[in-house]
Amino acid sequence: MAPPDPPLLELRDVTRQLPEGAVLVRDVTLVFRRGEFVAVTGPSGSGKSSLLYLLGLLDRPSAGHVLLEGRDTARLSTNELAALRLQKLGFVFQFHFLLPEFSALDNVEIPIRRLGRLKGAAVRDRAMALLAALGLGDAARKLPEQLSGGMRQRAAIARALANDPALILADEPTGNLDTANAAAVFDIFERLAREEGRTVIVVTHDPDLAKRATRRIHLVDGRIVSDSG
Amino acid sequence: MFLMFDIARGMLARRRRQTLVSVSGVALGVAFFIAIVALMRGFQTYFVDQIIDVAPHITIKDETRIPAPQAAELLHPGAAVAISGVKPRDRIRGIRAAGDKVAMLEAMEGVAAAPVLQGQALMRYGSRDVSAVVTGIDPARHIRVSNIEKDMTAGRLDDLRRTANGIIIGEGLGQRLGIGMGDTLTVISPQGVVLSMQVAGMFRTGIQTVDQGHAFALLKVNQVLQDRPNVVNQILVRLADVTQAEPMARLIESRFGDRAESWEEQSANVLTVFVIQNAITYSVTGAILLVAAFGIYNVISTVVFEKTRDIAIMKSLGFTEGDIQLLFLVQGLVAGLLGAILGSVLGALMIEALAQIRFATSTPSGANGFIMDRNWRIYAAACFFALMAAGIASVIPARRASRLDPVQVVRGAA
Repeated sequence: MAPPDPPLLELRDVTRQLPEGAVLVRDVTLVFRRGEFVAVTGPSGSGKSSLLYLLGLLDRPSAGHVLLEGRDTARLSTNELAALRLQKLGFVFQFHFLLPEFSALDNVEIPIRRLGRLKGAAVRDRAMALLAALGLGDAARKLPEQLSGGMRQRAAIARALANDPALILADEPTGNLDTANAAAVFDIFERLAREEGRTVIVVTHDPDLAKRATRRIHLVDGRIVSDSG
Repeated sequence: MFLMFDIARGMLARRRRQTLVSVSGVALGVAFFIAIVALMRGFQTYFVDQIIDVAPHITIKDETRIPAPQAAELLHPGAAVAISGVKPRDRIRGIRAAGDKVAMLEAMEGVAAAPVLQGQALMRYGSRDVSAVVTGIDPARHIRVSNIEKDMTAGRLDDLRRTANGIIIGEGLGQRLGIGMGDTLTVISPQGVVLSMQVAGMFRTGIQTVDQGHAFALLKVNQVLQDRPNVVNQILVRLADVTQAEPMARLIESRFGDRAESWEEQSANVLTVFVIQNAITYSVTGAILLVAAFGIYNVISTVVFEKTRDIAIMKSLGFTEGDIQLLFLVQGLVAGLLGAILGSVLGALMIEALAQIRFATSTPSGANGFIMDRNWRIYAAACFFALMAAGIASVIPARRASRLDPVQVVRGAA
């Protein structure tokens, strides 16, 4: 009998090996529940980012299973995975990766319009609300190049939140920011997890920031060496 | 997917210079295509019109394509009998039962037929002798198969009936002889008949050989001149639908046995030249469009390369491979479409500019410049080819873009 409420995300014996033979992630089993704020740490090349891409359905495991809300994603087509990413996941990368031709507002609107659940003015309203909540209300119509590094990263977080995802995945989101901005970004993540019940998984190599997470996973050579959860 | 169009528009608008380069490449290709094809088709259409105008659509001659079966062949049917150099039998030349045949042709729908007798004659005026072809016609019938009436510069075809021994000559012929309207000249046939004839009209078709070497007389008069009473050696046919000339000629030939030549057969040499000319035209203009297509391919490829990160982030956001492919395909097609529109305007301007050019030498028919074909189909074809080329040129980089693996891109960038 299946449990009534499956965990949000689950990895079962997941291994990711490159065709050339290098093993990025080895036999990882992890369970993430709603509202968790997780920091994934580890030295360079320990497989942190690879693990995140597997969690984010951007990459497929060589062996093992990735389950989102109890559903095995192994057999899903590329397009079905894309649809899941659009609805349930939000990504934040080290670089903001905002589309340079479009304003912050347009950048947030793009995933909302792609999902197509909201129409017309509702799209704009939601995008504005997201930006305003992250303190970018006044800068909404500026192009990414006109924004500061911290503002860009906050705009990227607003975009990740566009379709109200249950899971936020961040890959070194503070790697390019100064301490104050980095702390602000972690404040936002903390709030998203604690107040809004989203699961936030952040890859970072900053031990001070990692301490603020509710759960810390340490990776070495693609294996989990410690998991505080 | 308006969203993909919006994103494509945003990307195009932000790199105006690159967009402008690919758009103007296509525009030039389309413009040259339109102008050159209009020029070539205009010339060819004019030429064909002239041929159709002057020559009858079908000429039935008093010849047969295949010699009559010989005794040896009839005696041994199916045997391998080869006979060469059959000497034509001495019979009265001419189309047999021409009157009946004309009546039968006239009974068909959209067919007008006129019997003529054509023969050589020597025109003599004072001390000048000029050899010419005299065609004996029935004016009332001839008007229906030929546009010669339109080319009359003096007098009318019908005046032949009102003038005793009247003759209508080409202006060039008149100049060579030094005679004009109302003058009387001596006409001598190979059979030795000598007639004194009065110029009742003059014409100018624009075709030199006709203007300098042709004359018209009444059929009866020419039969006397040629000493071939009641003989008709050609039936000229004009059809309501010119394109039916060739099948109709074959039908007539199979029914009557007389050699029937369509205008296409009679001007096969010119039409063959046109085929080659068209091949050259389309390969040159096609090459220009191909270069324009490479321009688009180049620009879209560069953009895909520059946009690698954006493609990766869009895929991570949940955009599908189809979305990404559409995004770049649209950009190429928009460049193609803008180029096609701009090129059509430019092409129309080039056509008008070419039409302004005047040559010092004026042809007798009054055309001393380019004759341009302003058919909308040329524009449609040019735009169609441009869009096709743009589509194909952008689909290749678009497919490559859609297959980018976001993980590899993000990993490389981080």
